[in-house]
Amino acid sequence: MSGGPFQRIMFALYIAIFFLYLLGPLAVMGVSAFNTPQYPQVWPIEGLTLDWFGLLLADADMMYGLKTSIWIGLLVVCISVPVGLAGAIVMTQISARLRSTYYLIVVSPVLTPGIIIGISTVVFWRQFTADTGTRFLYDGIILTVLGQSSFISAYCMLIILARLQRFDRVQEEAALDLGASYPQVFRHILLPFLKPALASAAVLAFLSSFENYNTTTFSILSDKTLTTVLAGRVRQGTTPAISALAVLIVGVTIIGAIAYEIWKRRADAAAARRQRAAIAAEEAELAGEPIPA
Amino acid sequence: MTGTGGLTLAFGLPLAVALILFALAAYERRAGLASGPGFFQRNGLAVGLYLVIAVGFWAFFVIVLPQLAMVDMSFRPKLPPSQMGGPKDLYTLENYRYFLFGSTTSTAEWNWLHIKAFLLTIGVSIAITLLNFAICYPIAFHMAQSASVGRLRILLLLLILPYWVNEILRAFAFRVLLSSGGIINQALLGSGLTSEPIDFLAADVGLYMGLSYAYLLMMVFPLYNAIESLDKNQIEAARDLGAPWWHIHAFIVMPHAKPGIASGCTLVFMLCAGALAAPLVLGGPRTLWFTPIVYDRFYQAFNWPQGAAYAFVLLVTCILFVLLVLKAFRLSLGEITR
Repeated sequence: MSGGPFQRIMFALYIAIFFLYLLGPLAVMGVSAFNTPQYPQVWPIEGLTLDWFGLLLADADMMYGLKTSIWIGLLVVCISVPVGLAGAIVMTQISARLRSTYYLIVVSPVLTPGIIIGISTVVFWRQFTADTGTRFLYDGIILTVLGQSSFISAYCMLIILARLQRFDRVQEEAALDLGASYPQVFRHILLPFLKPALASAAVLAFLSSFENYNTTTFSILSDKTLTTVLAGRVRQGTTPAISALAVLIVGVTIIGAIAYEIWKRRADAAAARRQRAAIAAEEAELAGEPIPA
Repeated sequence: MTGTGGLTLAFGLPLAVALILFALAAYERRAGLASGPGFFQRNGLAVGLYLVIAVGFWAFFVIVLPQLAMVDMSFRPKLPPSQMGGPKDLYTLENYRYFLFGSTTSTAEWNWLHIKAFLLTIGVSIAITLLNFAICYPIAFHMAQSASVGRLRILLLLLILPYWVNEILRAFAFRVLLSSGGIINQALLGSGLTSEPIDFLAADVGLYMGLSYAYLLMMVFPLYNAIESLDKNQIEAARDLGAPWWHIHAFIVMPHAKPGIASGCTLVFMLCAGALAAPLVLGGPRTLWFTPIVYDRFYQAFNWPQGAAYAFVLLVTCILFVLLVLKAFRLSLGEITR
């Protein structure tokens, strides 16, 4: 938005307010995690303390919830990524007449409110496990994994589909002509091509599972995840230990982001080096010189 | 879904659909409509089977059948487990009647408490959707069209950062911020603007701010993606031809970004209407958001059929909203879920 100085100042002001709104609440949490009062408080600072972090780590319920959340997240990744992959592959093969119906069904969980997914999962599996005599399957963790998978698989499918649409079928046909079997083509050509999309789908699946509340609160039954424990705490009013948790999460994220940035720069630099070397070799070859080893 | 009837449906429906698909494939082959290799020829038996089982399980046991079970339950009376499937387990509209008119013993004409909560939820969700569009459009436009690569990376990181933190914690942060002893009230008191702390939470300011905050990203990213694909030259050309800035936005950028706008609006509306965390944490004592009512039908009143009916009402509303948006923007579902 270029323009006169007035427009520029207005835009700068807007950006400032936008990010104040976005980051202000985090800053409040950050400060209150180190302040001594019992109720999360930013001002006045009555004394600096790290006690809230200790209290957080000593909180058995939270730690139990954290463990369950991580388990559920991993299981959801194990289900959603392969299912999303299958969903995406089928999408590219299904006949045009069925495609819109199929698309409607598999994308609908993305556009369904989370509580409805949670409710329908609980209602269906309660009846189903009772009917089939498999009551042991009616378990908070299993139901949560199933409920979350319904929409997380759809996220994964959309991510994988975006990459799959750029796949060149000629590669597949070439491999088949050269005598590869179908599973071999799948394993050695399609999967490596989709690897970046599969990786981002897995990360997204874990994160969406980890922080889900709306679906989980119904399907977890009497069990607990970190989010449902937190929801219970926050409703009762709480101590700054919760702020300490937010600080830890943001801290881990920032460290992760920096590590990723460093790794990415190194990888880019290495790729650039390789490319330069390849160009140099090619130029040397074109000039009729022997290729340097 | 009761007893063996439910079981038949749970296994019969997937089987029936599979048979229909096979019949359809055979028909197309015979009529010469389809060419090329068939599904199993194309994928091989092992991969083909995996695809069929994975997609079949997902579509039926995780998506379709649970929804059917919920709708089925919403038309049944509340019964103790021993009487389920018995002679009293008949289809009834009682749960929907309750939503509109309250219990049979109540003398009130309408169930205003729940109807009001429902209308409030829908109305506020629409308002928040529009608000978020207004807040996010400038930044999305800036990121997509004028920010440098370095600045874009920083903006993206800053945008995503708050959303690593749990939804509940984010809502809680607003509670800390807006409470009567919170920093905003301290600032207001200190500057002498008010003489008494303002109860933002009771006035639902916290709830609306929290909801708008919670789904900001769902608006920014679809808008950003849609605007990014617009050729900068088009804006330049319009500017050279003397178009004022609002013409550029109204007649060039927004028509181009239509799918992104529709997708952002649909997502924000749907998430708001179905929000549970923000109303629980930030709702004032007198606020009744619809989703907590649904939750209470299940886990306070233990009336699952009624809860299912309420959930179904919410679902139908959301579907209608999505259809309305699609119609208004003349888009297909595929364009907004990209």
